[in-house]
Amino acid sequence: MIIGTVLAGLLCLALVALIFQRRAMGAVYAGCLLGASVLLGDGIYHLVMAGHEEIPAVVLPFGVPWLKAHFRVDALSSFFLVAINLPAALASLFAIGYGGHVPQPQRVTPLFPLFLFAMNGVLVADDAFVFLVSWEFMSLASWLLVLSDHTSADARRAGLVYLVMAMFGTFCLLPAFGLLAGPSGAYGFAAMRAAHLSPLAGALVVALAIVGTGSKAGLVPLHAWLPLAHPAAPSHVSALMSGVMTKVAIYGLIRILYDLRGDVGWEWGFVMMVLGAVSAALGVLYALMQRDLKTLLAYSTVENVGIIFIALGLALAFRDHGEVALSALSLVAALYHVVNHALFKSMLFLGAGAVMQATGVRDLDRMGGLLNRMPVTGVTFLVGACAISALPPLNGFVSEWLVFQSLFKAPTVAHWAMRFGVPVVGVAMALAAAFAATCFVRAFGIAFLGRPRSEAARAAQEVPFPMRAAMAIPAVLCLCLGVIPVTVTTGIANVVEPLVHVVLSPAVLGWPWLSPVSLTAGSYSATMVLLSGAGLMITTLLVVHRFGTRAIRRAPVWDCGHAEDIVNAQYSADSFAQPLRRVFGSVVFAAREEVEMPPPGDTAPARFRLTMTDPIWTYLYGGIVKVVDAIADRVNPLQFQTVRRYLLMMFLTLVLLLLVVAVRQQ
Amino acid sequence: MTAFFYGLLHTVLVLAAAPLITGIVRLTKARLQGRQGPSPLQPYRDLWRLLQKESVIADSASWLFRVAPYLIFVAVWLAATIMPTFTTDMVLTPAADLIALVALLGTARFFTALAGLDTGTPFGGLGASREMYVASIGEPAMLMVIFSLSLLTQTTSPANMIAYVLSGHIGIEVSVGLALAAMVMVAIAENGRIPIDNPATHLELTMIHEAMVLEYSGRHLALMEAAAMVRLLLFMSIIASLFFPWGIAFVDSGPMAVGLGLAAWLAKVTLLAVLLGFFESLVAKMRVFQIADFLGGALLLALLATIFLYVSEAV
Repeated sequence: MIIGTVLAGLLCLALVALIFQRRAMGAVYAGCLLGASVLLGDGIYHLVMAGHEEIPAVVLPFGVPWLKAHFRVDALSSFFLVAINLPAALASLFAIGYGGHVPQPQRVTPLFPLFLFAMNGVLVADDAFVFLVSWEFMSLASWLLVLSDHTSADARRAGLVYLVMAMFGTFCLLPAFGLLAGPSGAYGFAAMRAAHLSPLAGALVVALAIVGTGSKAGLVPLHAWLPLAHPAAPSHVSALMSGVMTKVAIYGLIRILYDLRGDVGWEWGFVMMVLGAVSAALGVLYALMQRDLKTLLAYSTVENVGIIFIALGLALAFRDHGEVALSALSLVAALYHVVNHALFKSMLFLGAGAVMQATGVRDLDRMGGLLNRMPVTGVTFLVGACAISALPPLNGFVSEWLVFQSLFKAPTVAHWAMRFGVPVVGVAMALAAAFAATCFVRAFGIAFLGRPRSEAARAAQEVPFPMRAAMAIPAVLCLCLGVIPVTVTTGIANVVEPLVHVVLSPAVLGWPWLSPVSLTAGSYSATMVLLSGAGLMITTLLVVHRFGTRAIRRAPVWDCGHAEDIVNAQYSADSFAQPLRRVFGSVVFAAREEVEMPPPGDTAPARFRLTMTDPIWTYLYGGIVKVVDAIADRVNPLQFQTVRRYLLMMFLTLVLLLLVVAVRQQ
Repeated sequence: MTAFFYGLLHTVLVLAAAPLITGIVRLTKARLQGRQGPSPLQPYRDLWRLLQKESVIADSASWLFRVAPYLIFVAVWLAATIMPTFTTDMVLTPAADLIALVALLGTARFFTALAGLDTGTPFGGLGASREMYVASIGEPAMLMVIFSLSLLTQTTSPANMIAYVLSGHIGIEVSVGLALAAMVMVAIAENGRIPIDNPATHLELTMIHEAMVLEYSGRHLALMEAAAMVRLLLFMSIIASLFFPWGIAFVDSGPMAVGLGLAAWLAKVTLLAVLLGFFESLVAKMRVFQIADFLGGALLLALLATIFLYVSEAV
């Protein structure tokens, strides 16, 4: 009821924005903030009441005549309602201050509420029709948002690639739901749960679901659109696309694999785990090489989606092997990471938006020294960077710890592929975690520390209050979600209970100790880490200030004898990444560095050129494009035939079809 | 109650013993080079002297530069506090398993690298870039060592691992040897010892850790140095406690056993310090880009340790 009202309200807001254009912008974003907050509150209410109330299914008389539209909010939907509307509310708050600064605000404002409407629609859908229509609505709204700055050639290219990949995703989901519905066309989710599929159809459903949702979530090798499209949109929309829309895709996958299909084999878990590992390692390696702050953040989304997929795959493998407790652990880890990533990735994108508004640049090498000029943005970005790098006691570490714990238990699945696959996946995941720290030291260090690398950065000013608030709230939440992991884990354990039929007890050792597996398997207590860390910090401060001097002198640094060029002598984004680029980039991206030195005596500047190629673009997509082109060339002559020939072709086709029917009838 | 007391004692002890261990390493190297060498107590005097000096800070540096030494020192000290060394009966032991210990050290490294970038000098950036490069391969290697040990002992908690090893469930295993080799290589890299990095050098082409802390002075430098000393002791304790846990006391083993454990721990880390001094005198520093081969080797050894576990189970 509440949800329906809010969704209708969001539609009205889009209309209002369309009619009043720029004048109603603040009101529209304020309305979005209100709508998302109400949905967030509703989601939390359902989560708290989980298990105590009957879940009613609502049927509304629109849509396909014989089907009608079914809606239902269960524990999983309400969890995702929270995970999605929290960042959505923050992005709306941010937009109140930011919305007027994007290149063409009137092209963004009407679509923003539509985008929110569509994403929430996917979550509350209870039949395939509503699900797919909302899904398409979500794709198209975000596609138009990517194209909001249509004057830029990059944005147009991103829009094209995104549209193709979005269509491909739906193209996969459509037959998946068709197979689930069976020959009788039972498109309601309740009927799908009860249906029994043949093994082949079941396998097809799983494969299509992984590909279809994976393309939206940004799983390698279907990620190609993501780093183009996410940065092309205005920053508050990027935050939604990267932090939130990928989570809607993951919701779709969980809904199909864990709810609608009850018996998915461990092989699929293995496939998902391997795809996740590849995404995690490759995604962050890509991110590490980027100079554009928003592209860097988009690639880091690929990494985090990979981590979520590893956990989801492990959950499938455990479930098939009968280890329900471990399956619950992996699923809890995945959902914990979902909410964490939604939170800190949105915050980081909003931070990037604030930096863009203050400086007008996205290139890391033109920022620098912003921490002194934009203190609130700087601190919140630092918190986000620490959280995404999985540093304790913040929230990112808890979910990665849970993923590692379930990964370390995976060899209990006694199949050779799992036992030998898991250590390799472990290496990929560990590399991803370490690279992520490097990547965000680089992003924060180059953008916010050191000396300003351009005039724009030197003149930067802190952003207005709504934007600061929109970044500060998630920073506090990141700390909260990190410090009380047991409470959060208990809540998520209730959410996954209907899917795995077991309640995970997250604290075998008692409240402050997160110890999910058994009494002795290993434990972590963020609360104790924080408290004892604070105790040690106070001791250190007391000792240092009691026995040492407190004198401080400010002085210029040693300029290596080149006082005129100390700014450019700083490490740049590219030079920071150079060691890892040389070790990994030369293999993965065929990175080449060329230095052109002028001959002695010549005063011309030396030139440095860096070339990198993306193997997935070159080999996979390049190959597909070539095949499509070749087929198109072959088929092209068909367009230039005489009427006689067309008639002949039609006749022959008809005969062929009749033959097929005749043979089938036999 | 005893857990609280031993925990507190351990917190003080790891801090108090750390400069001594660094002093022993330096003394060993000096003697091997034919020098008299300073007393092993010299690091205490150095730290005290630095505390008394005023701190000179770059005019472009932000507040992060001043806060970082405290965060780094506390993160390393906390990690050292949590790792059991002479008894497993400590109140904070369940607060962090080995994965969380790695992450705590990662926090310290994260802020060290940021502080290096904050000065806005080429040296700071150089050090930060190289440190993160070393860690990007070293940290996964350490996690894989933990993975193989946890497969063997069914736990990631150091206290339970020690208990499992001491209960005699593990015979001579190839995997443990491989894991030990990988762990030693990681420890050398993480502490910036020869052949990865030389803590005594200020030669610009070879610096890693020293380049990052180059702009620090006074009490801030004292904290950074102390953090490095505690980290060295922590890694020695990890190697000593996980691979050679003999002598460590348990929850109900009484003060006598704890005293014995204390003596055993000091003997083990002193031996390791002397060994480190010997080793550093024997080898030369390697080129920066060969570090990837060195640590890649460690990663592979740790992976092999897991694979060999399966093989030995199957046989």
